[in-house]
Order: sequence, then C-alpha cells, then structure tokens
Amino acid sequence: MSKNDGKATQGKRQSAHLPRKRFYRARAHSNPLSDSHFPIPISPADVDYSSHYPHFLHSSKNDPDEDDLLPKISFADIGCGFGGLLVKLSPLFPDTLMIGMELRDKVSEYVKERILALRASNPGQYENISVVRTNSMKYLPNYFCKGQLSKIFFLFPDPHFKEKNHRRRVISLQLLDEYAYVMEVGGIIYTITDVEELGDWMKLCLDSHPLFSAILEEEFEADPVVKLLASATEEGQKVARNGGQTFYAVFRRIAPEDPIV
Amino acid sequence: MEEEVHTGEINREAEAAPALIAVHPLERSIALALGYELRVFDFEMDCAVTLTDEAYSPCHSDAIRAICFGANGRLFVSAGDDKLVKIWRTDTWHCIRTVCSDKRVSAVAISHDGLFVTFADKFGVVWIERLEEDDQGQASVDKKAVPLLGHYCSIITSLKFSPDGKFIATADRDFKIRITIFPKGPLKGAHEIQNFCLGHTDFVSCLTFICPPDCHQSFLLSGSGDATVRLWDHVSGQLLDTCDVGEKAGLLDSKEKVEYSAAVTDINALPDGSFVAAAIQGLHGVMILKCDVPARRLFIAKFVFVEESFVPTRLGLSSSAKLLWVVMGASNVSKVGVSKMAQLRVLSDLDKFLSNEHGDYPVILKDKDMPGGEKLLLQFQGSDHVTKQDAALAATATAVKVAMQNLLTKKQYSLEKRDFRKRDRNDRKFKKQQF
Repeated sequence: MSKNDGKATQGKRQSAHLPRKRFYRARAHSNPLSDSHFPIPISPADVDYSSHYPHFLHSSKNDPDEDDLLPKISFADIGCGFGGLLVKLSPLFPDTLMIGMELRDKVSEYVKERILALRASNPGQYENISVVRTNSMKYLPNYFCKGQLSKIFFLFPDPHFKEKNHRRRVISLQLLDEYAYVMEVGGIIYTITDVEELGDWMKLCLDSHPLFSAILEEEFEADPVVKLLASATEEGQKVARNGGQTFYAVFRRIAPEDPIV
Repeated sequence: MEEEVHTGEINREAEAAPALIAVHPLERSIALALGYELRVFDFEMDCAVTLTDEAYSPCHSDAIRAICFGANGRLFVSAGDDKLVKIWRTDTWHCIRTVCSDKRVSAVAISHDGLFVTFADKFGVVWIERLEEDDQGQASVDKKAVPLLGHYCSIITSLKFSPDGKFIATADRDFKIRITIFPKGPLKGAHEIQNFCLGHTDFVSCLTFICPPDCHQSFLLSGSGDATVRLWDHVSGQLLDTCDVGEKAGLLDSKEKVEYSAAVTDINALPDGSFVAAAIQGLHGVMILKCDVPARRLFIAKFVFVEESFVPTRLGLSSSAKLLWVVMGASNVSKVGVSKMAQLRVLSDLDKFLSNEHGDYPVILKDKDMPGGEKLLLQFQGSDHVTKQDAALAATATAVKVAMQNLLTKKQYSLEKRDFRKRDRNDRKFKKQQF
C-alpha cells in the first residue's frame, strides 16, 4: 500500500499528466452500511467549497455577506466512479457547479487528481467539477440544502442481487425521500444500468414514489445529458463494447399533490 | 489491544438497559420499565396495576427500550429487544395489540389522534401500525406494520410527533434530526422531508417539543452525546441556540475529569418551554434549563443535586402536578450481583421555582411524601433493599454509561486495528474453518 502511495504522489508532481489508473486500483464494491471513518461535514454550511472550486468561490472567505450570491452546486453524480460523466458534463454546463460523490477512497483520489490534471492542461476549463469521498446513502443532507440540486445521477450502481442485500441498493423508496429533499422541484434524476432486474427495481421505486414522475418521451429524446449516460462512463463503454443492453429511468422531482401549508 | 476487541464483542449481548419512566398525560398513572418488566402504578386507585396479556407471559421477554403514553392518555406502548411492540389500554391495562418487528425496537410514539402507533427499529426504519376502532376491545395478535420512513442504517434514538401533529421528528446516532411531514394517509409512507436539523457533533439521544406562548409554532429541543442541549426551529431547520451543559457539568463534578462524558440522556420540558429538565451522564442530579424563544435563548437556570452516586437515567414530567419524576436504574448490571435495580426520586414545587418564590425550589420529596407513597416505591423499586447501595448505584451508573457508549458512539479504530478486524471478519472465519 505504501508503495502505491509513493507512486501516486509521484503522479501528483507532474500534474499536467493524467493520473494513471493502475496506481489507483480499488475493490469493485464498498460496504455502504459500515460506519464511516472519514470526516463528514456537520451541515452543508460546514463544507468549504472554495477549496473545491477556487475559480468560482475564491471570494467566499472575504465576503461572508455575499454567500447567497455565490453559485451553489446544482449537479451531483452519486457514485461517480472514475469521474467520466463529470468530465463530459463540465464543458456542456460551464457555469454549473457539479460534484461527484464516491465511497471508495482510492477512486475518489483518482478523480481528484484527474480533475487537477485536466485543469492544469486546459486552463480555464474543468473548474466547475470536483469530487468528495463520502457515503452519500448516509450523508447526503450533510452536503446539500433542501431543494439545492437540479440534476442527480446514478449511473450503473451496484446491482446487489440477493434479496438480503437489497437494502444496500442506492435507489430505494426510503432513500428517494432524501434525494427528493435535496432536489429542487423540476429537478431531474437520471438512472441507468445494464442489469435488467435492477432497472426494473429503480423504475418501480421511482414510479411508486409520490414526489417523482417519469419525464415525457420527447423530453427524454431532446435531453443532451441522456446521451451521455450510456457513453460517458467506463462502465457504459464496457457495456457498449460487449453489446449489452441498458435500462434507463429518468424522472422529474415534482411538488407533492397535497401540500400541507 | 486485540483482547479489548474481543471482550467488547462478547459483552454486547449482556448489556445494561436503562430504566425508563413515563407519566400519564393526565397524571392518572405512571409506568416504569426495568429490563423486561413493566411496572405500573395507578394514582386514582392508589394501587399497583397488574397487566393482562393473554398471548404472552411475561409480556416482554427481553429488555424494554422504549415506552410512551398517547397524547390523550388512552393508550400506552412498550417495545424493546424482544422485537414486540405492545399496545395497551390504560383504563384496563389490557394488551390490545402485539405487533411483531423484524428487528429490535429503539423508539416508539403514538400519533396525537391515537390512530397510529409508530416505532423505530435498530436498522433505522420507522414503522407504522393503524389501530382500528373495532379492536379496542379484543386482542389481535402478531400483525405486521408498514414502513413509514427510514434513516439509512442508523439507530434511531428518539421518535416524537410535533404538538400540532404535522411533523414527525426522528433523531439518530449519526448526529441527524429528521423532520418529516406526517401525511394524511401515512400507511403509504411519509416521503416529504421538511428539514434536517444538523449541528450536533455526536449522537442525538433525545427530543422534545415545546409550544411557547405568543409563538405561532412549536419548537424542538434536542439532547446529545456532545454534551449540549439545542433549540431548533424545526420548520426551517434553523439552530436557534446551543446550551453547553457539559461545560457546566464539568465545573460541578471536577473530580471526575478523567474519562468524563457528559452525554445528555434525557430531556423533558413543560409545554411552554419555561422549564426544561435534563439528565446528564455523570451528573448526580438534574440540570434545569430555561427557554426564551423570542430572544432565541436556551440557558441553564439551576442544578438540583439529588444525592451522591445518583445519576438519573430518565425523567418524567407531570406538567399539571408540577412534579418531576427522576429515575435511576438498569437491568443486567452484573457487577454488583443484582440483575436489576431502580431508584426513584421526585422533585416537587416546580411552580414555586418558576415563579421565583423565595426559598430553595424545587425540593426533593421524602419517600413517604411521594404520590403513591411507599406502595408505589414497593412496586417500582422492589422490596429487596440493596445492602451496599452506593456501590450498586455507582455500578449501575457505569453500566448504563458503557452500554450507551457501546451502542451509540462511533468506534474509532487505528489503521492497524482496522486491518486486524478485517482479518477477523465472520465471512473469512467460516472459510478458514472449512479448509
């Protein structure tokens, strides 16, 4: 392990080069149920985003009054893996802040290095993406306020086939409550998988949740982001290479039908 | 070091369960849970109550972890480690419903209309059960509840309905308080989150709502392992004030500096917020706080010393009688050879304290002056007097503290220790045995 660390820091020094994945090997899965041993912000106000987006938020320290005027993160890629989607989305929405959330330490380190390298070799670009290591199934409300996000992504999540492990799935009726909480009304949740069983599950969860409704077909066709879902990430490219099928579920966060005032 | 890991895991099964207390909202009766035993005293009849439950005897077979009365006092719920949620009628003390849970139950609450019983299990799921009008009479057994909401795999420590019934508040060991809108048809789940109240830096142990006069809404108080009591506007999720009770407790008990923990174990408040009582680990009495909501202030008003080695585990407040019931006790305290013990004290004349009357209020009642008197004490504390009382009390306090820490505090392992634990994982162990 120490060997790998040494090489990883070597990679850091020449940050103009992209980090090499062989130094960031990680297990394919991480247990979302276990107690987390990494620092977690107490509340969204506690997160220092200026270190994540120095280009956008450099003034936040000097002018606390202007906090409200500063842009807020509005896209979140849950389980961003090696960050393929973030990198593709960044030039599409240059003024939108987006964050990837990844539970595996080494993978999130890789994404961090990748973004730094991209920023160094493309000055002025990729300033709007960043990554945190966290367990988003447990700590999403610690990062985002109510109604903050306009897009949230779940690309090729772990299928967890066994019924015993269904509660480890990142989409579930109960977790959707929390996703609905951090999303603005009208915000869109994107899910894609190559596992039919999981695709059905995610669709079922979203369909039965009162705060989400499926987007219309023409909207689905017109959305430029939808095309990236299958092509941007490694997992998606792997599926395409093997000629596998993909299953989408794209839903909109809606206002509750019977609001209690 | 490695030894510690092992003993820690073996002991978990025999962990002390703190004694719980609940006062009937109209002060008709009082209930105490100690281990698997439920002890109830009826003030109107002035006698101990015998509980009747046709299906189960004794009614609970493992430690009771949560009890509560409904808002109108008609119903009472008890639940705990035996995974049974029992719903009782408080006029006959007859069990009208037993709900089976898949997991151990850590918190219970009854909706204000008395139609729904909610309970939280150790995996962070809150379940809801509808009480039909027709089974007020006869017992129906072994029904399954439906899930209402979930904290993702975190132990829920407290579950409360807001006074207006609009919200349900849940607190967990991951420092979170979740405020969920309680829907009109809750059997489909409560999916709309009003807010998260975030600010505590350790597990949240207890919640209570207050409705200050001249305010259009209610407010939330929470106690936590970070030795603070906090005041929240739960509708906006805003933290209004933090009262560091640990600091004050440290000054009072300076000799116990070593390994000092001042986790708040219970808070109780008069509905108007003028009086907030807090039980704090390691503190031999009750901390009294006051709440000034318009000024957004929560401050310590007084510390009432009860007696040496008496560390309250739970509090029960009778708002109209101006009494505070203070219980200390636990089951499964192996060290002193008693399987369970409970001690009860009553603080009275809260009204005189509130009106700043001259004198040292509130006062601690003598045993014979308590409501229910010695009959109640006999029922609640048991007849067998512990010979070495101080030692027993001290051991109980330690056991309760250790149990709470083991349950709720996140364990911190060094890197080596974590690697060692990975090697020792159960799935690997089985593999080794096979080959």
